[in-house]
Amino acid sequence: MVMKAKSGLMLAMLLLLTGVVMAAPQEAILPNGMKVVVERDARSPVVVSQLWYRVGSVDEVNGHTGLSHLLEHMMFKGTASVADGEYSRRIAQAGGKENAFTSRDYTVYFAQLSADKLPLLLELEADRMANLQIDEAAFLRELEVVKEERRLRTDDQAGGLLQEALYANAFVANPVRYPVIGWMDDLVQARAEDLRQWYRQWYVPNNVTLVIVGDVDPAQVFDQVKHYFAGLPARTLPVRKPQREPLQQGIKRVELSAPSQFNYLSMAWHAPGLKPGADRQAYAYALLEALLSGDAAARLPSQMERGRALAHEAAADYNMLGRGEALFVITATQPRGRQPAELEVAICQQLRDIVEHGVNEQELARARLRLDADEIYQRDSLFAQAMRIGTLESVGFSWRDADRIRQQMQQVTAEQVRQAAASLQDTQLTVVTLLGKGGAVPVAGQLKGDGFVR
Amino acid sequence: MFVLVSTLAHAVEIQSWIAPQGARVLLVETHANPILDVRVDFDAGSRRDPPGKEGLAAMVAGLLDSGTGQLDEEAIQQQLANSAAQLNGFAELETAGVRMRSLSRSDLQERVTGLATLLLTQPTFATAVLNRERQRAIESLLQKQEDAGASADITLQQRMYGDHPYARPAFTAVKSLQAIQREDLLQFWQQHYRAAGAVVSIVGDIKRQDAEKLVNVMLRNLPQSTLPLPDIAQVPPQSVAQLHLARPGSQTHIAMGMPVLRRDDPDYYPLLVGNYILGGGGFDSRLMQELRVRRGLTYGVRSHFTPLQQAGPFVISLATRNAEAGLALQTTREVLGHYIKEGPTEAELKQAKANIIGGFPLRYDSNSKLLPYLAVIGQYHLPLSYLQDYPHAVAQVSVAQIRDAWQRRIDPQQMQIVTAGATP
Repeated sequence: MVMKAKSGLMLAMLLLLTGVVMAAPQEAILPNGMKVVVERDARSPVVVSQLWYRVGSVDEVNGHTGLSHLLEHMMFKGTASVADGEYSRRIAQAGGKENAFTSRDYTVYFAQLSADKLPLLLELEADRMANLQIDEAAFLRELEVVKEERRLRTDDQAGGLLQEALYANAFVANPVRYPVIGWMDDLVQARAEDLRQWYRQWYVPNNVTLVIVGDVDPAQVFDQVKHYFAGLPARTLPVRKPQREPLQQGIKRVELSAPSQFNYLSMAWHAPGLKPGADRQAYAYALLEALLSGDAAARLPSQMERGRALAHEAAADYNMLGRGEALFVITATQPRGRQPAELEVAICQQLRDIVEHGVNEQELARARLRLDADEIYQRDSLFAQAMRIGTLESVGFSWRDADRIRQQMQQVTAEQVRQAAASLQDTQLTVVTLLGKGGAVPVAGQLKGDGFVR
Repeated sequence: MFVLVSTLAHAVEIQSWIAPQGARVLLVETHANPILDVRVDFDAGSRRDPPGKEGLAAMVAGLLDSGTGQLDEEAIQQQLANSAAQLNGFAELETAGVRMRSLSRSDLQERVTGLATLLLTQPTFATAVLNRERQRAIESLLQKQEDAGASADITLQQRMYGDHPYARPAFTAVKSLQAIQREDLLQFWQQHYRAAGAVVSIVGDIKRQDAEKLVNVMLRNLPQSTLPLPDIAQVPPQSVAQLHLARPGSQTHIAMGMPVLRRDDPDYYPLLVGNYILGGGGFDSRLMQELRVRRGLTYGVRSHFTPLQQAGPFVISLATRNAEAGLALQTTREVLGHYIKEGPTEAELKQAKANIIGGFPLRYDSNSKLLPYLAVIGQYHLPLSYLQDYPHAVAQVSVAQIRDAWQRRIDPQQMQIVTAGATP
């Protein structure tokens, strides 16, 4: 296939053009352990800042789930010198947009604003890294907001319920089993003092990566960051244990019901994630995901949504970057009046087809080209560029690994993809079925993703 | 204030011309990243749906890639994937057409442009694909109707617009979807997908000369219909009511609104700037402060205007636990009523202006964010200096103008209200 030969070259050739206003990132580490990565991109007079704390639901314990996300909400509620709500007001006044999100692995505070306003933001972020005040009454009000958020995103959403049940059942020991937003009863039982302790434990400069992308001079940004953050002391972080999942010994089946006319199905197999220093097995699963549902020509949309019209939607989901353990997931919804068993058989057939007949070079070449193209498309968004840097830094890699990871993904062979499909054995499988039982429950919404925006 | 605005007005140089086929073209050349975004808008949005066949416009746009004279739908998707490009039909209320994103390398770009041309000029609307996609549209609609928030929005739109073409965006009625046949698709395409009056928006790594070539290729063989399209009527007043939809689930969704804002509305800026203060400005807004921050009633509440050729909707929406639905609705009405009566404070207006003006460059800091602005400028014949003018217009709005405009234009008694959740 012609594409294959071209794709490797293309990226290098195309990026030569961009040197003038877009430059490679630069990094610095302050003596207190805080890492700063700055990428100059001067196409627009704006800047994106993302402050990544390496704390999320995988650091939580049962009875205290949802603390990382709750704390994220309370971070907007004032410090000794900045009143409740004042952070948001000042950023808005500077023409900025700000928000935050929490995932299993990290809690991220971000802002987008005119590049010359960056010092204001840095000052506020440094202040709330060290001086947060959690007021009892404000906490109780915000707790109600978070409960509403849980109702909106999970309790009243089939997709949310399915995802929550999948992770809670696929894992018994690894903390990826906890929902990011927390169990409702843990929210009810949460106390302001729990959050103060969580804050003291994790909100320290040596647990942080600050990522800045935009129309800025990196040297100047490093000076500004030093000015605001260098005085914050490092503290020893709690020990994080791996909490490895015991080997699953057989298929797990979970059946939920909801007042809906529709059935939902998730099939998930334990699969290795990408870990620093580990072998490259994860890349084959990433390619398998791409061949199954990476674009509209991929196997699941082509054969299950269009060809045989067995699924209303069908998609594979494999996230190799995470501090916890990984799953290879296929989720599908079904037209009314069909049996979920039909869907399950069809999904297994898709995998068996790959195991028995392999994948062809043409679809593999397409996936490789897409990897390079997505790298270029992503540069349209400052936010996406910052996300990539921050994600890698927060799950044990360096932003410098991005190119290497992409190159190694380019080298995955058809046989390795076939082997990845073959490794998805029943003994490692969890099947969650959400059966629609008449009625009408809200069911729209996304089936992917585990982040919760403030 | 003038100095502040002028330092922030991030210059975007828009080139514009009329293509030989009569389409208006808007181009922003930006060569830093080797990508190209193109969007073609026709007067073929849901507002052109024939009565009884609501959903037709969206079906036409969605099925442009169902096959062409030479390619079936799978071949189209494979060619796109082989070019690492995205190309799909879209339908909004006022316009429909295609959106394309490609790498700018000339061989790839030309291949994708060729495909876009085929989709626009030779769609087959294959019956088998139509049957399948019609069924999928019905399933999607039924799913939406199970969603309290989505069903409240759909019902509110119908309450606000009655029989007006703005009443039913895209797929909102099973019966009308069932009525759509292949001949309907062909006829709609022939009448509405014409170059005259179309708007082509282009952002990316392309030179003017190549952009002209691209446009000429895309538009050359479009249908030649000269059938005049009827004017979109003014929105007639509707009887006002409060409606409840029973839904299971732990939250009640509240949506209230009325038709208000035209694109060429003389009150455009006082209403929009005023809305930042009421419910558009996130944590700066009164609704967010009163409902979320002070009372913990909701995760989010917002108000927004959608300006259209005729009066577009002003809508307030939120969700709260079932037990507090009454309190949340009452609080929302009190905040709105008080705001209309008293207007904003000088401090609130100052903050609103600082954010809107200071943050304006963020609205178009990427190619994909800039593209829809070009489409809107082309579609509503706004001046090419629109992006530069906007902050200046915002800077001139006064407290008195906002109070006056809101008092004249927003009558809380005229707001339709839809709630969806547990029956109280």
